[in-house]
Formats: sequence, structure tokens, C-alpha cells
Amino acid sequence: MSTAEKLENGKFKWVGTRPVRPDGVDKVTGRARFGADLFLPGMLVGRVLRSPHAHARIKSIDTSKAEALPGVKAVVTRDDFKEMPSESVAAGEMMIDYRDMTRNIMAREKVLYDGHAVAAVAAASASVARKALKLIKVEYEVLPHVIGVIEAMEPGAPVLHEAMFTEGVEPTPDTPSNIAARNELGRGDVEAGFKKADIILERTFDTAPVHQGYIENHACVASVSEDGKAELWCSTQGHYMVRAFCAKLLGMDISDLRVTASEIGGGFGGKTIVYLEPVALVLSQKAHHPVKMVMTREEVFRATGPTSGANVWVKLGATKDGKITAAEAVLKYQAGAFPGSPVGPGCMCAFAPYDIENVKVVGYDVVSNRPKVAAYRAPGAPISEYAVECVVDELAEKLGLDPIELRLKNAAKEGTQAAYGPKFGPIGFVETLEAAKSHPHYNAPLGPNQGRGVASGFWFNIGGESCATININEDGTAQLMVGTPDIGGSRASMAMMAAEELGIDLDKVNPVIGDTGSLGFSFLTGGSRVTFATGKAVIVAAGNVITDLRERAAKIWDIPVDAVEWEDGFARPTSSNAGEFDPLSLADIAAMAAKTGGPIAGHAQINAQGAAPGFGTHIVDVEVDKETGRVTVLRYTVIQDAGKAIHPSYVEGQYQGGAAQGIGWALNEEYVYGEDGRMQNTGFLDYRMPVASDLPMIDTQIIEVPNPNHPYGVRGVGETPLVPAMGAVACAVEHALGTRLNELPMSPPRVLKAIGAIGEAQA
Amino acid sequence: MAKIHVTATVNGDEVEFLCELEETLLDVLRDELHLTGSKEGCASGDCGACSVMLDGRLVCACLVLGVEMEGRSVETIEAMAAGDELHPLQQKFLEHAALQCGICTPGILVAAKALLEKKPDPTETEVRFWLAGNLCRCTGYDKIIRAVLDAAAEMRVS
Amino acid sequence: MPRVFLSGNLKKLAGGAEEIDVEAADIRQLLRVLGERFPDMRPHLEQGIAVAVDGEIYQDGWLEPIAPDSEVHLLPRLGGG
Ligand code: FES
Ligand code: FES
Repeated sequence: MSTAEKLENGKFKWVGTRPVRPDGVDKVTGRARFGADLFLPGMLVGRVLRSPHAHARIKSIDTSKAEALPGVKAVVTRDDFKEMPSESVAAGEMMIDYRDMTRNIMAREKVLYDGHAVAAVAAASASVARKALKLIKVEYEVLPHVIGVIEAMEPGAPVLHEAMFTEGVEPTPDTPSNIAARNELGRGDVEAGFKKADIILERTFDTAPVHQGYIENHACVASVSEDGKAELWCSTQGHYMVRAFCAKLLGMDISDLRVTASEIGGGFGGKTIVYLEPVALVLSQKAHHPVKMVMTREEVFRATGPTSGANVWVKLGATKDGKITAAEAVLKYQAGAFPGSPVGPGCMCAFAPYDIENVKVVGYDVVSNRPKVAAYRAPGAPISEYAVECVVDELAEKLGLDPIELRLKNAAKEGTQAAYGPKFGPIGFVETLEAAKSHPHYNAPLGPNQGRGVASGFWFNIGGESCATININEDGTAQLMVGTPDIGGSRASMAMMAAEELGIDLDKVNPVIGDTGSLGFSFLTGGSRVTFATGKAVIVAAGNVITDLRERAAKIWDIPVDAVEWEDGFARPTSSNAGEFDPLSLADIAAMAAKTGGPIAGHAQINAQGAAPGFGTHIVDVEVDKETGRVTVLRYTVIQDAGKAIHPSYVEGQYQGGAAQGIGWALNEEYVYGEDGRMQNTGFLDYRMPVASDLPMIDTQIIEVPNPNHPYGVRGVGETPLVPAMGAVACAVEHALGTRLNELPMSPPRVLKAIGAIGEAQA
Repeated sequence: MAKIHVTATVNGDEVEFLCELEETLLDVLRDELHLTGSKEGCASGDCGACSVMLDGRLVCACLVLGVEMEGRSVETIEAMAAGDELHPLQQKFLEHAALQCGICTPGILVAAKALLEKKPDPTETEVRFWLAGNLCRCTGYDKIIRAVLDAAAEMRVS
Repeated sequence: MPRVFLSGNLKKLAGGAEEIDVEAADIRQLLRVLGERFPDMRPHLEQGIAVAVDGEIYQDGWLEPIAPDSEVHLLPRLGGG
């Protein structure tokens, strides 16, 4: 059966089933090796000295006492990293600039945030390393700092970068500021659109920066040999990106650096750039020993990328019957210490779910004295879409319309011109709304102090470069290698697609993640791209194996290759005209590989185009305790278009995990800063992520509107589930309270303030 | 620095190790004994990734000092499967896809096993509160809770 | 001739034009012609942008064809977490 026929009548053998993942046993027995789990002979411990100031000029660094301490093998500072010219390259989320990157991994002229790295040591033990850090003398000239996005934009605010003149405004300003860039998109005529409106709502929202919160701290082991060749083991979403960044920062040939991705204990976008890796390499080079570096949780909070906090203004106009006539927004996103917040995608996504003729969105990328932001699950989108969804909800309320009906009236469909430009292909937004409307959850009764919220979300999803290799072993089993780290079960879906194509049993396919020395470049695990893009590479590689297998069968039977077809794991003559031959299994052909030309393999190297966007709709019920301000999530339903779910359990897992992160973002998570500009809640006790007793079961419904650009119809599913969550939870809380907060997180003090139970000062 | 000599039982075997005063049980397990199944997520008792059984009691290995181990007995995730036979919890975690990245999994399994030893028939709420000290950022806990309840049901039958 | 839609900063660099006609049979030609016509746009084009041809978004897809009646949108490069 061809793939098209299988899709037609749903006769897949593996796709759509729920087998145990191939790496599962290693992960339930503790055998799987994560970033901090590698030990090499002679390995040293590397530790980083971090700035206690939010903003200061480094006047001098004296490392002599540390170097003299017995057991210390190397000390590095800014002097060990070369200056990089400004050069932008595509990273996980958006462009990064090597000039900034080298300053982020090791401060040069100034420290720009509490926790900014200023020096590092490699020592024989952790205790010696810690002592050595205390012996490093850094002389700072402390400068005034600025934390909040609005404060950072004010004239007269302390300026982080003296050479930063806002890009994207005409004429370019002649004084530096913290506004790195302004961008704008839109179409139609918003003024005219608002004139047609019967109702116009304008609201302003604030959101706090939140951390990806992966449980595994950043970790790596670097080993540089005397000839300059190096090996690096690290927890990352993309080891080819780590290789590119480190080679560039250290001036190495890419081929001299071999990077192996360890198992990765969560990333969510936060492990798409480098922090420790280049430092460990330089330490190892100086110390002539392998060096292991592992961050503490405090370091992860203080020095790795959260996503932006933001201030968002939204204006929507609609007719009485609920048709949106115009939409406008201004987004101000914190970038942290260096430019590069996800405000660009934030702008593009803000109104993307809706078919609106007149749209204008302006975005500002603003630096302040916080850690540089990193990608976080649909970077930029959750913030702007949260704000828009809240206004859409209020619009429905004011018009006396059901919020799902209002969305259906304005929903983007196939052929709708997206607010950011092009027309949508087949998308499943309306299907998620219809499913939500008829879901038992949506129609269940609510009790006192309870509220229900619904919100939708959009994310692009990407494709990009991926390699895959399938080597057929002598016994007919298949060795599958891909270059995208497996964060959430992708080995399973890759192996399932390979087994489906080859027509062999799943347990005959052994999937592994190749290191950079074993397989060609693969872009990172991010952008919800792996099942789509690497999956496509696996399917192409399997197709090449099949071509090879048919050629081998043709040789064995001594008939033309055109007369051989591959069906359900067997080579067969296309018709009896070709001759009478018993079908040959993959194992039969593999056994004769040597006689028919050597090993059998298929490779694919592709740049997967045609990723299709994801849409989801969430429904949530909450109860608010008006005495304590505590919000309890009672019931949660996620409905999302997956295109085609290869392994439905892991698709559901993405939906549930995204919703849980969104609940944390909505209700509790935030960075708290003191007057001194230092982060005060650097542990899990105070940076409060959802725990098991905070959450109910999270119901899921997978919608499947196939992506025409993937053989099975796959679209990415990893990021979209976070997008609607904050809007849904916010609206639920607001319905329960009967008042709007327009601020995240809706932590108990803020809830109490909103209902007037406590004053402004206490909140 | 002078290290202290400690004799303890780890997963049924008597082991000796030298440890510094500041080293935790988690440091000893991971860095001295190379039993890396127990993970460090916070080193402050807030994430549960380092959960182990100390003399039959569930503890965070990051909150116990290595030198406190003299004469005591610890069981880690590495001892959970009996030979080739996975513990029912391990099996159910696989069947329910109760892990994504898997970094929280060893700690959650150790903690869940401790719960089922105390309470073979826990309610969903009891499982949720028992596991409230074990952070998972990937799954939203849904499949974890289901896997624990399913394992409990199966263990009661057998 | 394919119709190219510009917005935001690219629109500014094209002297404020929102829509222009560009003779191009694939993405590589499109980028070349745009760079010749609007030299200020070149750094942006080289940094990497996404090109949507009839709704399909391509990144680095030089050889993707553009039909004479295609609708083309230039977008910032897309990433993700
Ligand atoms: S590492 Fe022990 S509780 Fe987090
Ligand atoms: S599976 Fe990743 S933290 Fe639990």
C-alpha cells in the first residue's frame, strides 16, 4: 500500500499507534546519561564567578591569588576571549550577534545584570574551585541600573549600551537609548476600520518575565587536545548550533570540534544558545584536562534566558454583531541585557488567528539590566496573544456574544490573508473552535466563585535543515540516525515513520541521535520542527533505502529494477510477466548485501519547507478564594490541530505540558527584583512553578487537518499549546471575580488587590 | 582538606567512600559512586529529582550530608528494577508515556514507590499531594498520575 | 508578473511601496532583483528572511519557483523554541 492509500483509508501499521518509546527503559532505570552524568579520566571541575551587580563597569580583575591556589589548573576572564565584530546569525529564535554573544558568556567592559559571568576557574575539586572564585578580585564601578521595560524606555534611564541608537525609526536618533529597535507591520487602514466599529476597546497589559524552568540545569564536559581538536558533551537542543557558536567564538575550524548531545532534561527554547560551553572549552584548553561545568539552579535563574516581560497595548473595534473591523497593538518587550527579544514574532502572531482587514502592530525591543532572554516555546506569541485574547473575551462580554461564537465569526480559514501577510493554507482553527463549543466541558455548570475562560492561539512552526541516515544491518534490522536531540519522545516517532515506510516491525528499528562527527548538519530541536522536518528526512532516507533494496532484489532475480516493487516490507515482481519469484524480505536482501554490491543504506539531507501553522483552543475552569486570593484550576481542556499525530500519547503530552507551563505563567511565575537590581527568587521555592497538587487532569482533543506538505500530514505541535493558556486562565479568573486584572501573574496579592481586599502598597 | 571515611550500604552493597564535610549524599552518589540516576535540579530540596530511600524513608539526597551516611542504608533508582524485571511503576510509566525529557522520572518513581508501600490504594488527590515535592516541567503531571494509579491497581491484584 | 508585498521596515526601504511587481521565476532571482532595485535592502535580504509564495513560507529556499501570477510576501525569518 502506498502512503497516499494508507492515509486515505487510515491503514497505518505504526503511525497513529502508541508504542513504548525506544529510549524508555534507560529513562525509567536511571541509566540515561544527561548533561551532568558524564565522567572522564582526569576531569576537572569548572565554576563561574558571577557579578553581584546589576550594572557596573569592570575596572580590573586580579586572578593571581586564585591561580596560586593549589589544585587550580586554569582561570579565564574576558582576556581569554577575543573581540568579535558585530555579525548576526540565525539562532533558535531569531538573529543573534556574535559581538553580544561573546559578552554574554563572559563580561567585557561592563557587567549588565546580576549573575553576569566575569571569570571562571577549573580546579581539581568543587571545593577548591569554590575557594578559587573567592580569591578573584574584581574591581567594579557600580552604575545606576534599570529593570522594568517601561522604565528602561524613559528618557534619562540608565543606558546599557552607549552605541545603541534605535533601529527602525526615521531619522535614526542621535542619542543612545535602551530601545534597540522599533518594528511595524500592518495592512489596510486602521483609522477607517475603527470608524466602522460600533464598539472599541482599548486595554493595556503587563506580563512578568518567566523562565523556561527545565529541571535539568545547564551542563557540559569539554576536552581540548594539544593539537587544538576538541570534544564537547552538553545538554542542548541543537549540538550543531553549539558547534557553530563555539567554533566561531573560539576561532576554531568547525571540523575540529565534535559535539555530542547528551540526553536533555528539558529545554523549551532555553537550550538553543550557549553559556558554559565556550567557557569550558577555553578552560580545558588552558588546563590541558577535560573540564566539566554544571550550573546551579540559582545560576540558571540569574544568568540564563527567561522570556520577555512586556507591556502590551491592544485596541479592537467591532460591529454590533461581532465582526472585528480594526485591530491595533503596541508591544514593548524586554530583551534583557542585549537586543533580541521575540517582539518580531510577537507582532506577527498578535492577530494571526483572526481575519481582520485593518491591522497595525508596532513592536519595541528594549534592553534592561536582566539576563538576555532566550527562546521560550512559541517565542513572543504567548505574550501578545494573551493580551489580544483577553480583549476579544471582553468584546464578547460587552456585545453579549458567546466568546467562541465571536471567534468563529472572525476566525482565519484556508485562504484568509494572515495579519502578517500571506494567505493561510489548510488550517484547523475553526475545527478547534467547533470542537470546543460542543465539548462537554464547555457546557458543564459552574459553582460559586468559579469562572470559565476560553482562548485560542496560533504559532507558525518551522521546517529547516535535517539529516537522517538509515543503515540496514546484516540481519535485516535498521539503524536510524538523526541529528535532532530527543527531548520528548522523538526517537519513537522517527522510528515509527521509518518502520512504516520500510514495512518492518518497529522493534527492528533502532533510533539514535548522531553527534556532529557522525551526521551532517541538522538545525536544532525547536520551532516544533522535529516530527515535521527530521521526520521528512527520515521518510526520504527510507525511500532511498527502498530504492537500494529494489535494485538488490533486481540483481538477485536478474530482472530489471523497474520490474521490482517494494510492498509491506517485501520486494516482489511487479507482475507475473517479470517472472515467478518468491517475495524477498528486507532481512533476505540484507543477508545478500555483500554479494549484491555492499552495505545497504539510505541517507537524506534536506531543508524541509512547508511547515504548517498550529492553532489551538483551551477551556479552563477556576475557583478563586476571595479571602486568600488563591486560584485553583478545576478543569482544563486543550484542543489543537496536530495535522497528523504520529504517536498520539506524545502529542497529548505536549498539549498537557504546554497548558501547565501556561498556568504557571498566568498564576505564579515571575522574576522578583530588589532595589539593588538583584533577583530575589532564585530557587524553586520562591519561583513557584506548578506542582502536581496544583493541577487537575488536563483533557486533550487532537484535531487532524493534514498538512499537505508532509507525507503523513504532520504539523508541529510542541509550541502552540503554551500560547492560549494565559488568556484562557486570565479570562476564567476574571469571570470568577467579575473584574479584569490585565496583569500577569495573577498571584494572590494581585487578585486581592483587584477585588479591593488589600491596598496597592501590599500588592 | 581532610576527607572523612564513611561506610554505608548502597543498593544492598556495602560501600566505602571518602567525602568532604560539605558534600551531600547526592554529591557522593553521583560524583564518588557514579550512580547518576539520582538527579540534581535544585540542591535545595524543592524539586525531588534527587529522591532516594534512606533507611526506608523517602528523602531528598541533596539535603543529607555524605558524612551522615555512616552505618546507614540508601536505595536509589538504580535498584528499582529486579534484574530484567521492571518495577510495575517503571512499566506503567513507559506504557502511559508518563515522561517526556525524563529528568524528573527517577525521582518521581522513587517517590511513587514509597507512596505505594505506605498506601497501596491512594486516591488521585493523595498521589498529587504526595508527589507535590517532585517537579516535572514537561508533562503537566496528567500521565504521571495516571501511571501511578494504574501501577497501584496492578500491584494490588498481584 | 509576480506581485511582491512588503511591510514594516522592508516597505520603508522600498521607498514606502507596499506592493511591487518583480520579474522573477524563483526565490533567488527575486532576492537578486530586489537587492539591485533597492540596495539598502540588501543587508536585510542577506541576513536571511522568509519568503511566502502563495501562502507557503520558505526559508533559504533559493530554488523554489515563483509563478507569473504568484503572490509573494517577505517576512522576517522565523524561529522557535
Ligand atoms: S536536587 Fe534535591 S530536591 Fe532538587
Ligand atoms: S519529563 Fe521532563 S521534567 Fe518531567
